Amino acid sequence: MKQTLVLIKVLLCLLGSAQKTYTNIAFFGGYAHLGNGSIIESSLIQVKGTKIESIQSTVGIKVNPKAYDTIIYLEGKHVYPAFINVNNVLGLHDAEAVKATRDFYEVGNFNPHIRSCIAYNTDNYIVPTVKTNGVLYTQVTPRGGVISGSSSIMALEGWNWEDALLKSDDGIHLNFPKLVEKRWSEDEVVTNATNKRYTEEMNNLNKFFTEAYAYFNELNPSEKNIRFEAMKPIFSGASNLYIHTDKAKDILTAINFSKKHKVSKIVVVGGKEAYKVTSDLKLNKVPVILNRVNDLPDSPDEDIDLINQLAARLIKDSILFCFQMEGDMEAMQSRNLPFNAGVAVANGLDKEMAISALSLNTAKILGIDKLVGSLEAGKLATFFISEGDALDIKSHNIVLAYIGGKPVNLINRQFELYQKYKNKYGVK
Amino acid sequence: MKKKLSFLFVTVWFLNVYSQITFPNNGAPYKPHTLFAFINAQLVIDYEITINNGVLLVKDGKIIASGNNVSIPKHAVTIDLKGKFIYPSFIDIYSDYGLNEIKASRSTGNGPQTISNVKGAFGWNQAIRADVEAHKIFQHNKEKAQELIRNGIGVVLSSSKDGIVRGSGVLALLNHDVKENESVLMDKSAAFYSFNKGSSGQDYPSSLTGAIALIRQTYYDAIWYKTNNAKTEFNISLEAFNQLQSLPSIFEANDKFNAIRAAKIAKEFNTKYIIKAGGNEYQRLEEIAQTGSSFILPLNFPEPYDVDDPFETESISLADLKHWELAPANPAYLEKNNINFCFTSYDLKDKSSFLPNIRKAVKHGLSEKMALKAITANPALLINAYTKIGALKPGFTANFLITNKSIFDDECEILQHWINGNTYLYKELDPIDLAGNYQISFDSKNYQLQLRTSKSKNLIIIDTLKKSFNYNLNGQLMQFSFKIDSLTGFRGLGNYNADSKTVFGKIQNSQGVYSEFKIQFIEKAPEEKKPVSQLKQIPLDPGKIIYPFMAYGSAIETPVNSTLSVNYLLKKRENTYLFKNATVWTNEHDSVLRNTDVLVLAGKISKIGKNIELPKGTQARVIDATGKHLTPGIIDEHSHIALTWGVNEGTQASSAEVRMGDVINPEDVNIYRQLAGGVTCAQLLHGSANPIGGQSAIIKLRWGLNAEDMKVDKADGFIKFALGENVKQSWVADYANMRFPQTRMGVEQVYNDYFTRAKEYDANWKNVLVSKEKNKLLPRRDLELEALAEILNKKRFISCHSYVQSEINMLMHVADSFGFKVNTFTHILEGYKVADKMKNHGVNASTFADWWAYKNEVMDAIPYNAALLTKVGVNTSVNSDDAEMARRLNQEAAKAIKYGNLTEVEALKLVTLNPAKMLHLDSEVGSVKVGKSADLVLWNNHPLSVYAKSDMTLIDGIAYFDRVENQKLYNYIKSERARIVSKLLNAKQSGAKTQKFTSKEQRLYHCNTLNGVSEEITGER
Repeated sequence: MKQTLVLIKVLLCLLGSAQKTYTNIAFFGGYAHLGNGSIIESSLIQVKGTKIESIQSTVGIKVNPKAYDTIIYLEGKHVYPAFINVNNVLGLHDAEAVKATRDFYEVGNFNPHIRSCIAYNTDNYIVPTVKTNGVLYTQVTPRGGVISGSSSIMALEGWNWEDALLKSDDGIHLNFPKLVEKRWSEDEVVTNATNKRYTEEMNNLNKFFTEAYAYFNELNPSEKNIRFEAMKPIFSGASNLYIHTDKAKDILTAINFSKKHKVSKIVVVGGKEAYKVTSDLKLNKVPVILNRVNDLPDSPDEDIDLINQLAARLIKDSILFCFQMEGDMEAMQSRNLPFNAGVAVANGLDKEMAISALSLNTAKILGIDKLVGSLEAGKLATFFISEGDALDIKSHNIVLAYIGGKPVNLINRQFELYQKYKNKYGVK
Repeated sequence: MKKKLSFLFVTVWFLNVYSQITFPNNGAPYKPHTLFAFINAQLVIDYEITINNGVLLVKDGKIIASGNNVSIPKHAVTIDLKGKFIYPSFIDIYSDYGLNEIKASRSTGNGPQTISNVKGAFGWNQAIRADVEAHKIFQHNKEKAQELIRNGIGVVLSSSKDGIVRGSGVLALLNHDVKENESVLMDKSAAFYSFNKGSSGQDYPSSLTGAIALIRQTYYDAIWYKTNNAKTEFNISLEAFNQLQSLPSIFEANDKFNAIRAAKIAKEFNTKYIIKAGGNEYQRLEEIAQTGSSFILPLNFPEPYDVDDPFETESISLADLKHWELAPANPAYLEKNNINFCFTSYDLKDKSSFLPNIRKAVKHGLSEKMALKAITANPALLINAYTKIGALKPGFTANFLITNKSIFDDECEILQHWINGNTYLYKELDPIDLAGNYQISFDSKNYQLQLRTSKSKNLIIIDTLKKSFNYNLNGQLMQFSFKIDSLTGFRGLGNYNADSKTVFGKIQNSQGVYSEFKIQFIEKAPEEKKPVSQLKQIPLDPGKIIYPFMAYGSAIETPVNSTLSVNYLLKKRENTYLFKNATVWTNEHDSVLRNTDVLVLAGKISKIGKNIELPKGTQARVIDATGKHLTPGIIDEHSHIALTWGVNEGTQASSAEVRMGDVINPEDVNIYRQLAGGVTCAQLLHGSANPIGGQSAIIKLRWGLNAEDMKVDKADGFIKFALGENVKQSWVADYANMRFPQTRMGVEQVYNDYFTRAKEYDANWKNVLVSKEKNKLLPRRDLELEALAEILNKKRFISCHSYVQSEINMLMHVADSFGFKVNTFTHILEGYKVADKMKNHGVNASTFADWWAYKNEVMDAIPYNAALLTKVGVNTSVNSDDAEMARRLNQEAAKAIKYGNLTEVEALKLVTLNPAKMLHLDSEVGSVKVGKSADLVLWNNHPLSVYAKSDMTLIDGIAYFDRVENQKLYNYIKSERARIVSKLLNAKQSGAKTQKFTSKEQRLYHCNTLNGVSEEITGER
């Protein structure tokens, strides 16, 4: 750790003072996890400007120092493509319980016109504690209602939200009606029972989509409807419809629903029971943004590790999926995204596939895989370097990170407080 | 003298209204002739004695003789009951008949209600309704009486179902047509209690643990009141409570664990409750038997589930499926274990399933004798009324049933129900049976007529066409109708002659023209095939009881002819192991030992070393641990799993009187899930809603055992305190901000106030005990101050929820000023800012690895906290406060390596030895050391890695989790579900009424989970 810190400081000094100079960097000897499931044990990565110029194995290669502004030697270290945090309110609140800082839950049931990116605060308190674990992008996502609004994909560094924006309005988020709902009784027992409002909820939803589609087909609407305007990209196929749903029957209904309303690109978000309906998902090419790995099964009868195993079960049936952290304290928990993937590995998932579900497969689902997601020539130079296995807590220690070729500031306030009090007590 | 009873019925009903002695008469008083002799019956005198051809002699509503050798006075009205049965009327001692239904006066959204809003000289808590006297509000209700009477119930003990103490009940006959004066048999027949505050709008108690504390405190208050002869204050509630103590006490538990909880209270106050059961008592028979209580059993056996949808069916838990199967066997299980009980119809929505469900219980093994006793003698005996009701003996009230068959026969019909010597249900004893083949003749034509017992099968045959023939027989008058086609039909009325088996009368055709008809009997109807009862079709075989009664519970195989108890067998499972060639994380000086063997003998760590051989004659399971890691079990200092109905009694600034140990729920699947994550021991804490919370329970996760057996033996007492945003009610709406304190300034003074009073309280009692002064008033025993005095006397230790440095500092000052030390600051996210002060105070720290940002007071939290505190020298642990995260506390510990660079050994201690120290358990657990309890985890990988999973988790040397065994348990769940589901499909196909699925789950608690507070408020720890 001590050495690491020294390295961080040295590099930050170097890079901080010489950002403009170093636009052509070679990263030599790192164990590269490409993000597509494969690795290069000893890699040479050339970064030119904002992009990866080339990546190759160092085997049999002699490095010509003159070809680069600088060479960073990474022997024994691991290189990963940026991890992408999906479906999260990160950036939309500071102290979550304080209403004044909460900007993710709008009133109203059908809010497709709500746009989260404009509320994303680049100077948010939590963001700096997330990027230090290699999570460098987040899909900032609104919550609430039936249709919560549209999400956008932001870099975790930027002067302002426009600067941080990687892709705006990548999709609309729909909280699909549930056939079965939870009810709370006075003596604290939670009962799962048939949702009595289900038909009404489905009717309202169908009505909204039917009207929105009719509006979409109208070339010159006499009266502009901003809610329906916002729905247009999901009918044209320009953006995703993210359907938040967990139960098998609800997932099937959601797939039928999207076909009925001619929505071409849907993504299931949550999908705790997606493993039960993989043939339908596969047939309809529906990817899954999978429920947080560290979660409990809904029923006491289930396999105790069911949720931890979901990723392994989906990959067995060739379903495209990625990890996410939605749930309790999800913004703060975003920094634990890599370790959730690690737990999935402990429960049967291949390690490189786990990495892909944090990077390339995630990018594919979000429709940003041409820009980011893997260590490939032509993509943005967005990656990080860790001293060890990034999926395991005790070994993951990030020493360098880049977003679009620019070095990422890896010092956060928590680290500063640590330094301050270490000094106070005189401990090491 | 044989007489038609229909006449009697009408007259008696009319005359009853005027038979009240103290009431004025309108005209000359009428004294009815009320001597009846019932002869030739199968006379069931009581649950033991049945007499063939018995005689029952009834006069003025009383039985004057019953048996064989009864001489029948000449002036008696004699009723011949040949082939019939007479039973004593059934008694239901758990009824609300004749009392107004509870009106919920619960106010929502109007802010807190801290004291009772009942006006008058009553006690402080509105749920203590000791003064309610059911006999004063009792009023007949004809409809409800008739419903009970139809199903055999003639006497009820009716009581209020509202509140925690519910006052006294009234024993009354269901003769609903007379003044209540004549119906009441006993005014104050029993006292009633529950854990449910009912209509009380008062905040306290808001949890089960609070309800238990309130009952205990009320007993102590009543004792104090009585001892001081009401010289201290006048209090209607306590007066009434003391009066209730001479009555039989009935406690509504409605659940096996609540029954055990109620019995524990009874024991403390040297009394015994009759317990209103929930029907799941068979699931914990031994503990239920140990209560020594009698039970009032419900008969609302679950209806079969609709399992047509395979996905939905998966939401029905194994526990619910098994309970559907086993619930009808509950009475039989209790009988076999010599547990006394009676039945109630109270929980039946449809009272007509009363007898059918008793028959169902009999089919599931209950003896007919006990079944009868449970609805006649037993309820009477339990309330000391067996001299009046429950049998047909001289002197008893004449309450009895006349049935066509034994009440245990599926075809039994209650023909008549007599209460207090009068009939309240009347059917002809020998009704005319017209079933047979007839000829009907009219308009010079003859047709065949087929009359059957089932109405739908009555046919008239016209030119080979079968048409339905509808008829009614009223007395001897028969009225009928039939149609030949849409235009042609006939209606008729005639008189039946039983001797000639003919009917003569007039028939009218569609044109309105009358003619004469005759119906003539030809032959008997052919025997109809009886539908075979569905229960007989399906083999009963209701599966095994598993411990705990849910998924991942195990059936305990009792050796043949063994009298060993299930609990004994659970505790005496294999506890001798030899782990070979493991990497052993000892937490002792020798740190991490590679290629090392560990011998566990009889639950204790016996040897650690290389190449250990088993002592001669020792049977042990030898585990090849090559490549695996053996660590001490994980200890969670801050847990809220395994609790029932509420984690917070946060309705007052202090709830020191409540005990989490009262509400342990051994059937929380999270116990098992956490075992799988290596957790062996946890402190179950009260929540953080108030500055002084409740007393903790420290348990070992002994899955399958009962609540008491989970508690760590002789553990020190702990109590939860809390500071900051939760206790100052930061999330309560402004209009409800009434409770003191609302600031951190107020929190300090809460402590000052309570500890000052506790000190005085303690001194006061110490004085009383030594002083010999007489006539001095006895101080009140105050459970709240008593718990705080224990802290002052260093017999109870504080674990305080804390975040911000200012308040941490403050509490240490308060403690110093009262001469004690704070034991642990839990959460303590700003502990790193005052680590030096904490070290000086000697307090422990139990923190989150990396949680923060969920509220304002955690914005300065840093993941380096545990490492910094450790480095300064504060004994530090990492806890969960979360059912999910507790499954991977080893990973949370690893964060102190990542954030703050602790060594691996130091990190592992954060979740093992260090929490053991702060819970004062380190002499027993926390390290792998010879002599310590074998609470061990065998990991398949480095124990601090995310890739590690536990292969085995041992407590006291018993493998409460074993990954191989886990797969077997999972397979058992699957196969058991499949077995029961196929039975459910059969039940539906054979026409049983089914219920839609529902499933229940345990609510997951955090510190700040308040009862009734919406989950939408996030991030409050």
